[in-house]
Amino acid sequence: MTHSGGYVADPRFRAIEWLPWLLALLCFFVAPSYLPLGSYVLTMIIFALSLDLVVGYAGIITLGHSAYFGAGAYIAGIFAARVSTEPLTGLAISTVGAGLLGLLTGVVILRTRGLALLMLTLAITSLCLEFANKATGWTGGADGLGGFAIQPILGLFKFDLFGKTAYLYCLVFLFASWWLVRRMVYSPFGASLTGIRENDVRMNAVGAPVYMRLVVSYTISAALAGLAGALLTQTTQYVGLKVLGFELSGELLVMLILGGIGRIYGAFVGPLVYLLAQDYLAKQFPEYWYFGIGMILVLVVMFVRGGILGIVDAGIAKWRGASA
Amino acid sequence: MQDFLSSLVSVAFHGLAYGMILYVISVGLSVTMGLMGFANLAHGVFAMAGGYVMLTAINSQGAPFPLAVAGAFVAVALGSMVLERLLYARLYTAGELEQVLFTIGLIFMAVAVARLIYGALPQPVHLPEYMKGQLRFLGRDFPTYRVFLILFSIAIAALLWFGVERTRWGAMVRAAVDNRAMAQSVGVNTTRLFTLTFSLGSGLAALGGALGADIIAIQPTYPFEHLVYFLIVVAVGGLGTLRGPFVAALLIGVADTACKYWIPELGAFFIFAATIGILLWRPGGLYGRAAT
Repeated sequence: MTHSGGYVADPRFRAIEWLPWLLALLCFFVAPSYLPLGSYVLTMIIFALSLDLVVGYAGIITLGHSAYFGAGAYIAGIFAARVSTEPLTGLAISTVGAGLLGLLTGVVILRTRGLALLMLTLAITSLCLEFANKATGWTGGADGLGGFAIQPILGLFKFDLFGKTAYLYCLVFLFASWWLVRRMVYSPFGASLTGIRENDVRMNAVGAPVYMRLVVSYTISAALAGLAGALLTQTTQYVGLKVLGFELSGELLVMLILGGIGRIYGAFVGPLVYLLAQDYLAKQFPEYWYFGIGMILVLVVMFVRGGILGIVDAGIAKWRGASA
Repeated sequence: MQDFLSSLVSVAFHGLAYGMILYVISVGLSVTMGLMGFANLAHGVFAMAGGYVMLTAINSQGAPFPLAVAGAFVAVALGSMVLERLLYARLYTAGELEQVLFTIGLIFMAVAVARLIYGALPQPVHLPEYMKGQLRFLGRDFPTYRVFLILFSIAIAALLWFGVERTRWGAMVRAAVDNRAMAQSVGVNTTRLFTLTFSLGSGLAALGGALGADIIAIQPTYPFEHLVYFLIVVAVGGLGTLRGPFVAALLIGVADTACKYWIPELGAFFIFAATIGILLWRPGGLYGRAAT
């Protein structure tokens, strides 16, 4: 797959990078009835960003990233149900918890490569799913965990019925995650990740601490995924088994690929397009929706390997070439 | 004690039947992954397709059981040959990520098609009368159908072993697994070999899906739900071998059945934990060659 992101790109802010934030704020005022869906899209963008960091930049192919999303979601749920419904503490604990899980599992599985790594990530998320399914005392099993009311943020902003607070809450944390990921990607650390993705043998040969870099990026990514999961739990005040397992990982991968991999903003475009289309189409034609998604995935892999943003890039390049 | 012994026999028997089905389904995947280095997550689709072909033939066409099973094998083997030529072959040289995505795409499409045609519910399985009864053996009753499954799968395993170890085709497969470029340069037509092997592997998956329809219910979510098990068999056993998936499938079949019988509160937890342990111990699988 052609990756266009990474250290070689100019790290300065481009004007267009403000566009997603302007659009997100515009949505808040223009489309108030879509805010609950909007919050969901925002959390999935955080999740996709975290996946882009490991798959797009570090080149770790994982089918199990939902393990960390689910861990964050369940920690937030259990914390709210048993300890306190204070949102920021819950969010912090979930993020750290998912990050710890990422560190523990990453230290172990990142020693392997190829199929073994793929299988290990899959086994980990299956393990977590089975655990959540069976530990009914903590997680509520198949019924899920709900019935907690999250307190106002900082004691000031109440979660309202229309999802206004939830939307802005998610937006703030998306902004923070984006800033962090962007900062990382354009740093020497990000450069070494890109190097590892392209050729880990050579990176080892030039003395880069490949394994450590992978573990660090995996841990940070897991923490971000956990943050996204916790946000989902807090904004919907419910957590169920769907936050774990291979299907969610697969779906997230689809969203990321759809947007474009290894370029940060692919993680914005992909979930947005996917979830809006899903919201509209999946209710009316569920079978055709799944078929279409599968079809698009096959076509993207076969023909347009850069995703939507790749097409846009190619279009711009062509237009410039024609006008020059 | 008598009770324990009796449940021991029962768990071993059912675990064996389940394990053998897992083997027949997964062995093709092991060979495709070992031979072509292709991460084919859509392998379960072929097993599901086999199940649907057989059940449709029996339920709506009234075909006899052996014919329906053979039909499932042939139809899916031919269908997968077309898929391999049109789509899979283009991605042999692509990265793992592309292969994973492409095959996830295939799963999505297959799930949608299955749901569109057959609905979301599992298909009813109507076995012929002669498969329904019990066989009496050493003072115990065993369901005839499962005895048949076990014997039939053992026959397939033996046939495969003979094919790979003793025939010209098998020699070419082994050569290509070991060193594809070298095999090609001494005149093995690897393109044709891949197509044939892929289609045979998919046909076997269909056979497993069809025969195992009574154990692993045929429903649209099949390729997603059971993928983990097929992949575990392959990864734990080791790529590109026959013995690996056989041992792994039996281990997993028996262990999974035992866990669900004796400690149902743990469910499949143990299997996943054991998989992680084995893969960390031997990343190439139990019988894998040097780690890939």
